[in-house]
Order: sequence, then C-alpha cells, then structure tokens
Amino acid sequence: MDDGLKIELGKQGVFVTTIEELYNWGRRSSIWPMQFGLACCAIEMIATTMARYDLARFGAEVFRPSPRQADLMIVSGTVTKKMAPQVVRLYNQMAEPRYVIAMGACAISGGPFKQGYNVLKGIDRYIPVDVHIPGCPPRPEALLHAFITLQKKIDGQHLTGPDRPRFLDAEAQGEFPVPVQGEHDLEPASNPGVWPVAITIR
Amino acid sequence: MGLKTVEEIKAAIEAAVPGAGVEIVPNPSVSAQHSLRLKPETAVAVATFLRGDAELAFDFLSNATGVDWLDKEVAEKVKVMRWVNREVDGVKELVEETVEETQKRIVPGYLEAVYHLFSITKGHGPVVIRMRTANRTDQMQLPSLTPVWRSAEFQEREIFDLFGIVFTGHPDLRRILMWDEFKDHPMRRDYVEPDDFEYEPTAHDEVLKRALEHAARVAAQTGAGQEGAGA
Repeated sequence: MDDGLKIELGKQGVFVTTIEELYNWGRRSSIWPMQFGLACCAIEMIATTMARYDLARFGAEVFRPSPRQADLMIVSGTVTKKMAPQVVRLYNQMAEPRYVIAMGACAISGGPFKQGYNVLKGIDRYIPVDVHIPGCPPRPEALLHAFITLQKKIDGQHLTGPDRPRFLDAEAQGEFPVPVQGEHDLEPASNPGVWPVAITIR
Repeated sequence: MGLKTVEEIKAAIEAAVPGAGVEIVPNPSVSAQHSLRLKPETAVAVATFLRGDAELAFDFLSNATGVDWLDKEVAEKVKVMRWVNREVDGVKELVEETVEETQKRIVPGYLEAVYHLFSITKGHGPVVIRMRTANRTDQMQLPSLTPVWRSAEFQEREIFDLFGIVFTGHPDLRRILMWDEFKDHPMRRDYVEPDDFEYEPTAHDEVLKRALEHAARVAAQTGAGQEGAGA
C-alpha cells in the first residue's frame, strides 16, 4: 500500500497495516538480550541498561540469563580463543529469530590484542553479526545507536521472497559449527559460511 | 627498616637448614635487590623456615613468575701454552709461549621460577627467591611452594601453563589460561605463534617483522608475486 494513502486513511481514523509490519513491529519492540559480558565493554552495556541511558525505552530491558530465552547476543568484549567455542555454542542454543551485536574493537577485530596468540580476531569469523560497533569501549550512546540500527534492520525484513531472514527459510543453515580447541590454535580458524572474506596482505 | 640483608638471611637459612645450599644472585642495577637462589631439593624446607621464623616471618607470597633463559654462547679469553717457532739471536728454536685465545662455549639454558615474599606481621619485604630447572627440554621439575604459601597455587599453574615448569607436589597442576589440549608454552622465547597474521595499517618493529615473514610465506605458497607487507 502506498504510504501517502495510508497516512490519509489514518487521518480519517482508519488504521491500515500489513502482517509484515505488525510482525516486525512486535519483534523489534521487545528484543531480549542475553545476559553475559566478556570484558570491559560489558560495563558500558550494564550502564546502558541503567536509568541514565535506559535501554528500556527501546523495549530491551529484559536481559535473560539463558540463551533459550534470548533474542539478541551482545558480544561485549575480547573473545579469547579459549572462550570462542563457548560463545558459538551459546549462539547455537538461542532460538530463532536471533541477532548479534559485536560491541567494541575486540569483538569486531581483536582490537589492541589482534596480534596476540590468544585472541580471536573478531567474532564474525564464526557467527553472523548484524551490527558492529567500533570503540574501546563504545559509549552507551553507541550501543543505543547499534540497537536502533538493529531495529531498523528488523523493520526492513520481508517475510517472504528470496531475501527473507534465515529463520523463515527452511533450507537455511541454523547451526554454526563450534571450533575445536586444537594443539596450537582453534580449528578451523574461521567458518567459511559466514567469513568468506579473503585475507589480503598488502 | 628492620629487614635483614640478603647475606644475613642466607646465614640464617644455613644455620637453620643444614645443607640448604642457598646462593645469592646479585642484581647489578641501582636497586641492588639481590635474590636468593634455592636448591630444588631443599627449597620446601627453606621456604617453611622463611615463613615460620619469628624474625623473618614471611607470611605472604605476593608474586610468583617464570623466566625463560635460552642457551647462550659465551666467548671468553683463555691463556693457552703453545710451542712457537722463533728466532733467538739468529738461531731458530721452538719456544714455549702463552697466547691469549678466544674460546666459545655454550651455557645451557634453564627455566626459572621467581617468588616475591613479604611479611605482613613485620611489615617488611620483599625478598626474592628463585629456583632453576636443570634444563628447558626434559628436566623441568621444581618443587611446588603451594604447600607453604597457598597463594602460589594459581600462579604456579600459570607458570606451568605459560613456561612449562612442572611443579611437583602441587595439589592441582592444570593449565589455567590456555585450554587443556594446547601443547605449547606461549611465554617461552622460542614459542612459534600460529601463522594467522593479518593486515596491519601501521606495522612496526615486531609486527612489521611478522608482516614481512607472513608475506614471504604466502608468496612461497602461492608462487605468485605478492606485494610486500605494508609498512
């Protein structure tokens, strides 16, 4: 339906919507993040939920301590190679639809520890990330911005068609392989399904 | 300050623990914080004395860490007797002479555990004690000091994890930072990191070295002329 016509009808007291809009509105307005923090970014995440920044304004104040009840994983901090399999496993245990915000320099790239032997160079090597926020750590406003970006992304999703989200696609792969802690490094070093980026040395 | 000097502590140990074999490792820097090197065989007895002695009363172990000393080549000048042909008053004869010669020898490396002791009751410290392993390949056992100072437990696990020193008598010797399947000891100087180097916008020093090495490896594998690592 044409947006202009919809507004005109609204002025006449007729509310018109689509199942898609209603469905997306419902989902984006009550995202339940998972309650877990990995490093100092988690402190900013906690600050975001408190009264001053108040994540509750966006419908996401219910932090769930179980992946089964959560929609959103905020990877808030350094993902060490020892922790990476557990993060992927938690993501696998979340029910669809599920979203990931990679918060801070470490979660998106390894950050200041990128050249270390023990830190994963970004969680997007193993699981699909919806929003990346740079910063060390990002301020609560940045997390709010990431959250609004995620809501916009949910609003724009189509329930049918080839670009429908993963949870509405029966063929789509929902389980992401958990890396094995090998003798020298994680095996494999990345999941080619979500990390097809060829690493070029310049 | 009421704390005895390292020499006095050494004398006190030797009076209390016969055959303790404590050595002073001098610190040539300004701090002059000399340390005591314990023999592994008597270390637990000496540690118990240091903790229990009324005057020393080192009841708090604040820090335990490891050091990796690689094999090193030492060049030293040695005087050697040698027969030399020489003309003396127009007559050739063999003369014995002392000549200075540089000889190189390899001093084998070892792993070292370093402990910093304080006394809460006496308010003094630190005193540094050290232990050295026989080598850094197969004889890496040292006695655990966890039975004497409980605070050594996690720190000795960390030394075991990162340096590979095996603490005999430790109640729960497992890796603490790396995962159990991990084989290497990352804080050793000859540790080889996994080759997962990635583009670094401002590579310098160590990272630049790794960038160049990685670029060379990639070039060797692909055979194609890759560009050099960005500096």
